[in-house]
Amino acid sequence: MLTPNPQDFLETMSDSPTHRPQTRIVGTPQIRKEGVDKVLGRAKYIDDLPGEGAHEGMWHGATVRSAIPRGRIRAIHFNPRIPWSEFVIVSATDIPGENHIAMIGADQPCLVSEQVNHCDEPILLLAHPDKRRLPEAVAAIRIEYDPLPAVLSIEASETLQEIVWGNDNIFKQFHLEKGNVDEVWASAAHIVEGEYSTGAQEHLYIENNGMIAEYSEETGITVWGSLQCPYYVHKSLMSVFALPADQVRVIQVETGGAFGGKEDYPSIIASHAGLLAMKAKRPIKIVYDRTEDLAATTKRHPSRTRHRTAVDGNGKLLAMEIDIALDGGAYATLSSTVLSRATLHATGPYVCPNVRISSKAWATSTVPCGAFRGFGAPQSIFAIERHMDKIALALSITPDEIRRRNFLHTGDTTATEQRMNEPIILDTLLERALKESDYHAKRKLFAGQNSRSPVKRGLGLAAFYHGAGFTGSGERYLNSLAGIDVPANNKVRVLVANTEFGQGTHTILCQIAAESLNLSYDDVEVAPCDTNVVPNSGPTVASRTSMVVGRLIERSGHQLVSMLRERASLPETYSAPEFFAACDRYRNRQGKVESLCRYEAPPNIYWDDKQYRGEAYPTFAWAVYVAEVAFDSVTYSAEVTNLYAVQEVGRVLNPTLAAGQIEGGVAQAIGYALYEKVLLNNGHMVNNQMTNYIMPTAADVPPIHVFFEEIPFAYGAYGAKGIGELPHDGPAPAILNAIQDATGHSFTAIPLLPEDIFLRFLAPTPNEEPVAQ
Amino acid sequence: MSLIPLTVNGRPTQVAAPPMKRLLDVLREDLGLTGAKEGCGEGECGSCSIRMNGELVNSCLVPILQADGASIQTVEGLAIDAELHPLQKAFLECGGAQCGICTPGMLMAATHLLESNPRPTLDQIREGLAGNLCRCTGFVKIFDSVAAAAAMGGNLKYAR
Repeated sequence: MLTPNPQDFLETMSDSPTHRPQTRIVGTPQIRKEGVDKVLGRAKYIDDLPGEGAHEGMWHGATVRSAIPRGRIRAIHFNPRIPWSEFVIVSATDIPGENHIAMIGADQPCLVSEQVNHCDEPILLLAHPDKRRLPEAVAAIRIEYDPLPAVLSIEASETLQEIVWGNDNIFKQFHLEKGNVDEVWASAAHIVEGEYSTGAQEHLYIENNGMIAEYSEETGITVWGSLQCPYYVHKSLMSVFALPADQVRVIQVETGGAFGGKEDYPSIIASHAGLLAMKAKRPIKIVYDRTEDLAATTKRHPSRTRHRTAVDGNGKLLAMEIDIALDGGAYATLSSTVLSRATLHATGPYVCPNVRISSKAWATSTVPCGAFRGFGAPQSIFAIERHMDKIALALSITPDEIRRRNFLHTGDTTATEQRMNEPIILDTLLERALKESDYHAKRKLFAGQNSRSPVKRGLGLAAFYHGAGFTGSGERYLNSLAGIDVPANNKVRVLVANTEFGQGTHTILCQIAAESLNLSYDDVEVAPCDTNVVPNSGPTVASRTSMVVGRLIERSGHQLVSMLRERASLPETYSAPEFFAACDRYRNRQGKVESLCRYEAPPNIYWDDKQYRGEAYPTFAWAVYVAEVAFDSVTYSAEVTNLYAVQEVGRVLNPTLAAGQIEGGVAQAIGYALYEKVLLNNGHMVNNQMTNYIMPTAADVPPIHVFFEEIPFAYGAYGAKGIGELPHDGPAPAILNAIQDATGHSFTAIPLLPEDIFLRFLAPTPNEEPVAQ
Repeated sequence: MSLIPLTVNGRPTQVAAPPMKRLLDVLREDLGLTGAKEGCGEGECGSCSIRMNGELVNSCLVPILQADGASIQTVEGLAIDAELHPLQKAFLECGGAQCGICTPGMLMAATHLLESNPRPTLDQIREGLAGNLCRCTGFVKIFDSVAAAAAMGGNLKYAR
């Protein structure tokens, strides 16, 4: 019962490429669990929690940060005009445990003790009862430095003139070989080369980072916060405070957006609030304002990707040589795994017999880059999908045709020699995207109109996959535990450490639990996300929650029904009162009603970390997007006028939430392509305001047309695959492909702002390509 | 400190506050109305949107002295008794709220729009909400929500 049978899915799948199995609750647009609280304005986010009641006597904390990108601290001066005795001041010497934030590595200090390695790095912490007194106090602390040369780009890091991390400035590198690339070049009909780059991107969750901490000698440390991964914070606090697991408690409160930006950073702010709470002997709240959040917290990794591709006369890919460089910032954070995902998505959804990929994540003297929706994939997919259009142009075939001729199909192998055993319907997705967007007819129409109009229109394609769940052996290492229990109040509770921050985690997991228990959606709720209450079901990242954790909930539900049938006389068919009566009988005998399940890898999944080979992901979500743009040759601005998003994400568990994920991801990716530019001056973000860092508004987003094809994944909850990150992967290359279609100019870097386009028009590059037809 | 009278969600009250204290902080700290949020503190994101004397304002940009005698409406005053406002119903059913942090401000902007224009076109909805940023939804489901509320009579006058 606990092992799914892929045949169940394959048999029903045979008559149509996509289908929807019969379920009562899964697949329906259930109302968001916490939705009523949100629309009433009574959902409590971290800054809404007052310094009374649970947090009686709370003070406010602030952070003193570095003003230079690199240097040694010589002296710290406190301006005597400030009554410092009113403040609690924490420095690195107050840290009872390790002065590092435990992530994958442990290189990032909690507070700088001697050497600053990026701007806005935390050095001191202040607390005061009145938060309005803090800015003046922060400004009254002057830090003297002996500056060291800063490394402010990938290129500067590559020269190795300054070593800012380890022995060689390299956080991580991968090398992947399939076939023999070198034997192909001489005989290829075409060799196409290109270089592509992407900028940093800010998550711009509308709720800034924030945390409340309390500390006591008896119970240890407790934090409440806006966060994605309670057990990441838990692990980090154990290390900073040198406390055992049961003396550290992490509670997630309502979280106002995250997108990866609250995956690793909350460990830092939780440690800071905790250190102040320990020294002040009272609760401490730290909530960043927007300028601090923008300047100091993680961004998407900037990237530079080079492609050299051999193609035969018919446009079949013969060899791909790909070089990827990511800018990781000053500390390792999650760069190794971001680089891994970038590497594993670098070839796009194409089959190629000979592949060589070299990739490196470089250290620089900038704010560390971290997780952001897509996690490396948007960078390398931008490169390959721009490059495929360049190949099409070189061969004088259409963008859709070059892709069609090279798509992966069932039975093909990827660059890591992963054999694709599942159904792949890229051709179906492409045809649907072309049809829904009226691609060919519109391109023809626009080509005729463009020469006579100041507004140039065009269409662009991107085809892509996104590996669902943790990369390689990641899910095995995580070894997640999740389940359900039934307390005496006749409500089923979902027990997970996975967090709700807008995606719909709570809703989806309740739907799954209700479905598997044959109860109604209203019979199920989610247990408080508190490490004292819920097991470690892993982080809420990597598009894994619905697919992987949801599967654990589905199994736990079936397991509970079996338990109740065997030991509490639950009838074969039952009503909700009969179910809860059986739970009462079981609880009276066993003490509690609880059903937990641990992760089991799908069969035939094997990943070799050392050889970097094998099943990189248990399954993939697939998509073809078409962007339609209008370029105004008077203002040099490009806008997206329609976006068609066709995807196969396994079973759609909740159509409203699923479409919401696609629309939100597309809008964020439109910002990535055309609006959002992180401007650094000597390593400090200078446009760290919403006035100057521009995201798409209600007036900017185009109509987003969302289409799902459904092929249930046998090992995901009710057939689900990952969905959340996919929509951020494709829009940027599709948009720049469309701009080339509209203008004839090939742009290879994002963000692409009107001024960038203007500069190109002012001074065309010598080998400018002809207008694409 | 000044003693400033104002009416909040139909209830007369007065607050003792420094005259330059932001209306947003008065609502959140002095009156315990935490529905309005601070997203940017500079009038860009609209998370702190409320209505003051019938106008839609960013409460982070209003010093309390400017609200002397004003009638303030916040998201907490939107539901009438136990009944959700049509906009709140529509946001729930259409998926207009994801993380929810922009929702109170978005609801106030939408209320303001529907009061002056009960049956807005899509372009009018876009324009009406252009001062309120949402990073989760891509706005599509918010537009759907406002259109749905308009269809069910979202222009119901605030009444309490």
